[in-house]
Amino acid sequence: MIHDMIAIIRDYWLLLLIGQYPNGPLGGLANTLILSALSIALAFPASILFALARLSKSPLLRWPVTALVYFTRGVPLLMLILWSYFLVPLVSGADVPSFVTMLTTLVVYQSAFLSEVVRAGIVALGPGQMDAARALGHNYVGAMRFIILPQALYNMIPSIISTFVSTIKDTTLGYVINVPDLTFAASQVNNQLLTQPFQVFLILAIVYFAICWTLTHFANRLERRITRRRAGLSSLPAAALVAPSKIISEQP
Amino acid sequence: MSGFDLSAILGNPEYAAMLLHGIEMTFIIYAGSWSLAMALALLLLGLRLSPFRFGDPLVAAYVSYHRNVPTLVQLMLWYFGIFTLMPSGVATWLAIHNAEAIFAVIGLGLCQAAYFSEDLRSGVRSVSPGQMQAARALGHGYVSAMRFVIMPQGVRNALPPLINHSVSLFKNSSLAVVIGASELTHAVKEIENLSFRTFEIYVIGTVLYLFFSLVIMSIGAYLSMRADPARSARA
Repeated sequence: MIHDMIAIIRDYWLLLLIGQYPNGPLGGLANTLILSALSIALAFPASILFALARLSKSPLLRWPVTALVYFTRGVPLLMLILWSYFLVPLVSGADVPSFVTMLTTLVVYQSAFLSEVVRAGIVALGPGQMDAARALGHNYVGAMRFIILPQALYNMIPSIISTFVSTIKDTTLGYVINVPDLTFAASQVNNQLLTQPFQVFLILAIVYFAICWTLTHFANRLERRITRRRAGLSSLPAAALVAPSKIISEQP
Repeated sequence: MSGFDLSAILGNPEYAAMLLHGIEMTFIIYAGSWSLAMALALLLLGLRLSPFRFGDPLVAAYVSYHRNVPTLVQLMLWYFGIFTLMPSGVATWLAIHNAEAIFAVIGLGLCQAAYFSEDLRSGVRSVSPGQMQAARALGHGYVSAMRFVIMPQGVRNALPPLINHSVSLFKNSSLAVVIGASELTHAVKEIENLSFRTFEIYVIGTVLYLFFSLVIMSIGAYLSMRADPARSARA
């Protein structure tokens, strides 16, 4: 059993890591990580704009974005992927690789979720910060840029990392439209071997676990440190620090 | 293909029957995995609160595995992997009795139990320890204090995240399509293949998912209101 798994890793590690590259397109774990990193990098600025729009006084800004967020959160990601699979080529008028389709979906999906995180981060600061910034002569943009967002984003770093973890898990759904990621590579390996599906998918689960667990662990430690720093204490009593993590990790 | 025409799908009895069957399967998978998850979550919570020494690390490992491995991979491991390792008698029985749906229920339920048990745990933890002391002082035993004083408050505290996770379980039931269960997303894809009315059928599927998600959310909102009218009025 373990012998089989070692043999699979020995024979297929290159395919699981980078796919057929450089003799073909990049794939495997490399694609999973690039896809996740790109989605978060693109979703992050969008989520700040969405959060500001949702907190804005103008209904013209608030309503469409609120509707988008509710829509995105009410529909399964799989359904959104199928929508993109159908709409992205139609809108762009070109043959779009599945990687781009998946990236588009994830950016929309994660900006909706992240915008809630950003919004919560801004609301959690309380109105006093804004009032004080305005009293000091900052206008709205200046106050946001120099006072509110730096604090809110700093507090949010752990949540952003856990959104990154969710994104890594979400990329697996690209399997449905044949995105050449780690899951796809594993199913290719499974198709070549045919006889050891349990071993192949166990390896897959272990790899995802190793990556996501490391990141989650890092996020939790960071959150404790940030909570401590925000509380203005160099050391809180241990009991206050081991409280269950409030990081919302949405699924899958 | 001409224009946007929902009746091309809804008016066709064959497609309508496929949609209904998909909705039915989605709800069977949802109800099955929700019940499995809740039962298991209570068990995990009990293990964690019990004086049994290995309870805590055991549950922590369970939760950690299910939160850090993508649900889709868990489903694949069950259906493509563990299924093949089962003794042939069991495997044949499963194959006859809609193995896809059964493994969807098992995979989604086990995974969701981790989320539910964490929700319940933080709900119970946020009940102040004074409540336990007061209950014991009034003559309640441990079990009865748990049953009448701690758990009702703990579950009430845990309601909002439980509702959120119930909605995400409903959405995640769509993942069952990957292992071939004939639920709603499966029906949508089948009808798309048959009718070529991609836009219409996606609109129908999306509206159905949105509608049921909203129904689950409003049931949750109603329950929170029933559980704690004062807090809901403030929120």
